[in-house]
Amino acid sequence: MKTIKVSVVTPDGPVYESDVEMVSTKAESGELGILPGHIPMVAPLQIGAVRLKTQGKTDIVAVSGGFVEVRPDKVSILAQSAEQSDEIDVDRALRAKERAEKRLNDQKRENIDFKRAELALQRALNRINVSDKHF
Amino acid sequence: MASLRDIKSKINSTKKTSQITKAMEMVSASNFNRAESNAKKFVPYMDKIQEVTASIALGSKDATHPMLSSRPVKKTAYLVITGERGLAGAFNSNVLRLAFQSIQKRHKSKDEYVIIALGKMGREFFVKRDMNVILDITGIADQPTFADIKDTVNKTVNMFADGAFDELYMYYNHFVSAIQQDVTEKKVLPLTDIATSNKLTSYEFEPSAEEILNVLLPQYAESLIYGALLDSKASEHAARMSAMKSATDNAKELIDSYSLIYNRARQAAITQEITEIVGGAAALE
Repeated sequence: MKTIKVSVVTPDGPVYESDVEMVSTKAESGELGILPGHIPMVAPLQIGAVRLKTQGKTDIVAVSGGFVEVRPDKVSILAQSAEQSDEIDVDRALRAKERAEKRLNDQKRENIDFKRAELALQRALNRINVSDKHF
Repeated sequence: MASLRDIKSKINSTKKTSQITKAMEMVSASNFNRAESNAKKFVPYMDKIQEVTASIALGSKDATHPMLSSRPVKKTAYLVITGERGLAGAFNSNVLRLAFQSIQKRHKSKDEYVIIALGKMGREFFVKRDMNVILDITGIADQPTFADIKDTVNKTVNMFADGAFDELYMYYNHFVSAIQQDVTEKKVLPLTDIATSNKLTSYEFEPSAEEILNVLLPQYAESLIYGALLDSKASEHAARMSAMKSATDNAKELIDSYSLIYNRARQAAITQEITEIVGGAAALE
């Protein structure tokens, strides 16, 4: 089967680099699957999981937003933070989740901090889900 | 002339100092190596984001975004990156001097500018002079990660978007080599000069170029600032390393010259004692 090179890069260094048969992820506009030979494209991503399929195996990487860039020979995912499913610090994510929930209960809805807490909650939940592979 | 005991204690205290500076030099050397590798790890991310931003911003003419276009300047923000501590030679003072002088030259009143300080030395400098520090981060780790500064950088970029200020300059020490660091001024926002060397690729946009710029440009601006912080950290450790190396060397020189004085004084004391004994014996005969 044809494969395409994929790299997930963050400011703190590359997180994932490999040749895969299919990349599927959640873009702002909806679920997005990329196979080798896709036309060049750029799309912003939601906070969510990136699934990378090779030879019947699926690697999952949690990304906090960012965007995907597709070229004929390569797919790059640029996110401000990303972790592979087995590298996630679940305790930290659980703590972040509790913190965000507490903040959401304390704040008024239209507050800027409310939005930030909401995003933090999403990121924490995403990490927890990816580490449990609930997909 | 100082007594033997005085000189001895001077030698001892200088030795202690040189032990400390030597240790600090070694700590800085290891920090410096790690900072350099952190900066290297950041390069692929920065290159890629720059390439994509350039492709979209320059490639599609109809794509406009507030962060790309200059507007009349009513307020200027200065982001100054310094270290957390001193003892790094002229590292902090160089960057603070350049920032301070530029502000003095460009602005007459305090309402025309705001300061964002990354690092304790910078924050203290500007607060003491009663200048408008609106945001600061202190206690930045020796090896910062993006998560450490994300919130503040994010706020900075949002403030520009909301019109709290109309341009953003960044001052930091650019790392050239282990013995040379240049103070650099760089305009971050608006993003008017997006450098590109590669050939531009034309992309499909999903959903549209504007939507993508909304995500991409803040992320790009934030990574520019993070890149400068990594650059500055590498410079700081290099500066501290060479400052501590010359302190250790100076201490060695001092110890050598004190030892010489000590030995001379000891010799003189012995000679004097012998003369006295010989004199005493001669008087008895």
